[in-house]
Amino acid sequence: MRYLPQTQASRDEMLSAIGVDSVDALFKDVPKRAFVDGLVDLPNHMGELEVERQLGAYANENMGASDGPFFLGAGAYYHHIPASVDHIIQRSEFLTAYTPYQPEIAQGTLQALFEYQTFVAQLTGQDIANASLYDGASATAEAALMAMRVTKRSKVVIGNALHPDYREVLKSYVDNFEGTVLGDGGLDDLDNETACIIIQSPDFYGAPHKYEAYRNKCDEVGALLIVVVAEIVSLGLLPAPVEADIVCGEAQSIGLPMSFGGPHLGFFACREKFVRQVPGRLCGATEDADGKRSFVLTLNTREQHIRREKATSNICTNQGLCALAFTVHMALLGEDGFKRLARLNHEAACKLADTLSAVDGVEMVNDTFFNEFTMKLSKDSREVVEALVCKGIIAGLSTDDGQHLIVAATEMSRDEDMEAFAEGLTEALA
Amino acid sequence: MPNLKFTNDHECLHVDGDVAWVGITKYAQEALGDLVFVELPDVGKQVSKGDELAVVESVKTAAEVYSPVDGEVVEANSDMEGDLDLMSKDVGDGGWIAKIKMSDAAQLEGLMDEAAYAEYLKTVD
Amino acid sequence: MSADAKVVEMTQDEQTEMNRGLHYEENLLWEKKRSDHPGVDLPQPAGLKSRTGVLERGDIGLPQVSEPQVVRHFVRMSTWNYSIDHGFFPLGSCTMKHNPRLNEKLARLPGFAHIHPMQPESTVQGALKLMYELQDWLAELTGLPGVCLAPAAGAQGELAGMMTIKRAHELKGQSQRKVVLAPDSAHGTNPATAVMCGYEMRTISTKLDGRLSIESFKEALYKTCDKGSDIAGMMVTNPNTCGLFETNIVEISDLLHKAGGYFYCDGANFNALIGKIRPGDFGVDVMHLNLHKTFSTPHGGGGPGSGPICTTDELAPYIPVPTVVKEGDRYALQWADSRETTLGRMKGFVGQFGMHVRALAYMMSHGADGLKQVSEDAVLNANYILSQLKDDYYVPYDGPCMHECMITDKHQKEAGVTTLDIAKGLCEYGYHPMTVYFPLVVPGTMLIEPTETESKDSIDRFITVMKGFAADVRAGDTEKFHDFPLSTPRRRCDEVKAARNPVLRWR
Repeated sequence: MRYLPQTQASRDEMLSAIGVDSVDALFKDVPKRAFVDGLVDLPNHMGELEVERQLGAYANENMGASDGPFFLGAGAYYHHIPASVDHIIQRSEFLTAYTPYQPEIAQGTLQALFEYQTFVAQLTGQDIANASLYDGASATAEAALMAMRVTKRSKVVIGNALHPDYREVLKSYVDNFEGTVLGDGGLDDLDNETACIIIQSPDFYGAPHKYEAYRNKCDEVGALLIVVVAEIVSLGLLPAPVEADIVCGEAQSIGLPMSFGGPHLGFFACREKFVRQVPGRLCGATEDADGKRSFVLTLNTREQHIRREKATSNICTNQGLCALAFTVHMALLGEDGFKRLARLNHEAACKLADTLSAVDGVEMVNDTFFNEFTMKLSKDSREVVEALVCKGIIAGLSTDDGQHLIVAATEMSRDEDMEAFAEGLTEALA
Repeated sequence: MPNLKFTNDHECLHVDGDVAWVGITKYAQEALGDLVFVELPDVGKQVSKGDELAVVESVKTAAEVYSPVDGEVVEANSDMEGDLDLMSKDVGDGGWIAKIKMSDAAQLEGLMDEAAYAEYLKTVD
Repeated sequence: MSADAKVVEMTQDEQTEMNRGLHYEENLLWEKKRSDHPGVDLPQPAGLKSRTGVLERGDIGLPQVSEPQVVRHFVRMSTWNYSIDHGFFPLGSCTMKHNPRLNEKLARLPGFAHIHPMQPESTVQGALKLMYELQDWLAELTGLPGVCLAPAAGAQGELAGMMTIKRAHELKGQSQRKVVLAPDSAHGTNPATAVMCGYEMRTISTKLDGRLSIESFKEALYKTCDKGSDIAGMMVTNPNTCGLFETNIVEISDLLHKAGGYFYCDGANFNALIGKIRPGDFGVDVMHLNLHKTFSTPHGGGGPGSGPICTTDELAPYIPVPTVVKEGDRYALQWADSRETTLGRMKGFVGQFGMHVRALAYMMSHGADGLKQVSEDAVLNANYILSQLKDDYYVPYDGPCMHECMITDKHQKEAGVTTLDIAKGLCEYGYHPMTVYFPLVVPGTMLIEPTETESKDSIDRFITVMKGFAADVRAGDTEKFHDFPLSTPRRRCDEVKAARNPVLRWR
């Protein structure tokens, strides 16, 4: 009961101040049938040591990226996180603060959000960014919904290999609206009923894309161009998608561990003219009663607590602490560090591509890539992945057809890891 | 002598022939507090009585402005987007949000005049 | 907003000028002198020829400073924040309870932090086991056995819950059900969520005594159809947003079920019930839980949250994927190919796993006995505050309340002191304010949720400050309230200016 400060004496004192005999008298409005008889059927309380032992044992049952060669990406990436990042985000004042609705006592969170929004806007080449969304998948869905609101149209076109999770979440979100048409298509499928086309770059298989043709076609038919970036480090090497109307995606790579899929960091940036259609929180600059520069959450009338059924989204949170981790990491990287990190990732992938394509039975599918690419294997890639697990190697993602393997390299990938991978792959494909 | 009409929802109309200039009353503005944004209707939009015509926003609230009559939006006050203080002017003098060419002027009969609106306000808490 | 809207700059000199005592100003990263090297040391790239197929990016415009500057920057900013670790945080409906650091430690174990959601299942058995056990714990605590941990936050859990209902109706040939009922005191997410599901919202009036009455519920239920056959479901927070338990909830849920609708319960206020009362036993069909409220995962200045949903067996086939199942002694993720009735996926990967670790660590620490004590202490604390403040502030609905109590500024407002002034006064006196002006059904509300992690002493000090405010108002000492806060890092901020001409980034 270490988290409970009340004592039996203090409880009794309070009960008598209230004027009741027992705490159950305070629950008098609750119907009898809803009460648990005694205690719920769960173990009783445990000390810190016991909890740590039990859950620590669970952690040890997993094979982590730090345990051996690791080449899985596909929307979540294994990157180095500087020690200062975790130090800052574990400070009580950030970790245990609430949403900054009282700006006078939340300027720390607010200024960090303002810096976060600036970083995201700069990286994406967009005018503005929001204070973050849950993850890349839901950010993509929110982007499509925003495009539907802006254009008052209901056709959403997926223009290339979008991450399958993003695709499924997008479908769950847009299918709620009757008359929505969601499907794959190309330039020729854009017409004057199209709300948006979604282009992921690098796409799910790792290939970077250009946007000019999409921009032109979107201008012609009045649709919005949404660019999805699932690996934000790529924006240190690839050109900013300035042609896009909305750029969204996943920023886990900067400052956050993979953590079995979450919490990650959905980012969302767009052109200034859509500011009142943006989902999620926005932090803005203003001044206080003494004329000092201050920051507040702003344009709240878009949000659910004011607009209720007319809100731009039902979202009422962001990924505040994750956005902070990103901001601290970006501050550490700076212009030169961020670009160098991107280049190191690309070079690691180049080395990996050279190492693996020398293996018999491996054929490169895309010869342009950032830090991830797809190979065609001569054997079932699902079995190859399992075979490599036995050698302590997490090889990458096998595609559902069993023919391909999607592999990623980052600054974490060492030469000896790549060699071990090639060796293991050689054996598995032999 | 301006021909002013009022609705229960605190819209105010300045009637100029078959065109109604629509704004919101002082009472509505005070209830909303400092305005930060107005969303104007598109010119050419056909509206029916009771349709959402515009949205005015303060920091804490957003309020719909409903069309008090049927008709077509013939002008929207784009000056207001840059200068929200215009809202506090008389409807016939820059304080209008949109002008609607009425298709049924008889609908004005059902609205309150200035005196009736003043009486109505006394009943509103 | 004009495209050239710029943030007012703060120079290094201005920053220095404004420092006082332990208060340090800190300008933006972009306002600092640019260093010739960043705050990380990365190896020199080999200079390989790019194989991206596109041009290489030019200057981005990012700032650049060294590590000590970065650390100082954020540490200084952190000192401008109030947090639960500082003091009492009675924010109604937000459950700002102590965040145990054990949870943080465990979530950071390499075996949890550095695993990828698409690794072969054989390599993540420990993680899946943890999720499976969390599902079990939540099922037992809610009395609702169908659990999906995937939703990313309360609002997404709410959406998942309502989509579960929608999916169930669709597969049962009941797609004509389009109306969702919710009380006027509902949290704003409820109507926003219903609309995101393509539903129409119908409001139930609760104005009489802060609770749902059977009459007004029936009126809404049968409004357009005498059997209620157009009703998809209802969204009710229980305990409700006024801090009251819905006394008629069993009868109301029976009526709803007879009409063929499902009962979605907003679990924001589960802290009043945990370990003691099971929502499944008062008629709930589906609810979400906020792991960042009841289950102590940190709010982090606004996320990340986590919003698992729990449903009856009847609705379990429709909940999102993935869920964790146990096959023999192995754990596996269940996908749509083995549960075709699912509504699909709500979130990338498997959910906010890091929050799952924290929540389970929290529940194991408390156990069945501790969790029951949690709800009892939470309710006791709120009622104690109500009993001590009821002579000084207007109490719209008589107690007992549940885990939060509602008072208003009715007595103070006549003297010109409003709820906002009282909130800002609390900021001045070292407290985070309670939730203000919500729910909307009562003017000038203050919703106070102390949680179970406050001692009597801490609560007594808060009561003293609140009573002091009321006494000041009675004595006519009201002017100062409009100036509060005075001692915070910033005084009242001009939100009108921020919204009229939004400046959302540095440039």
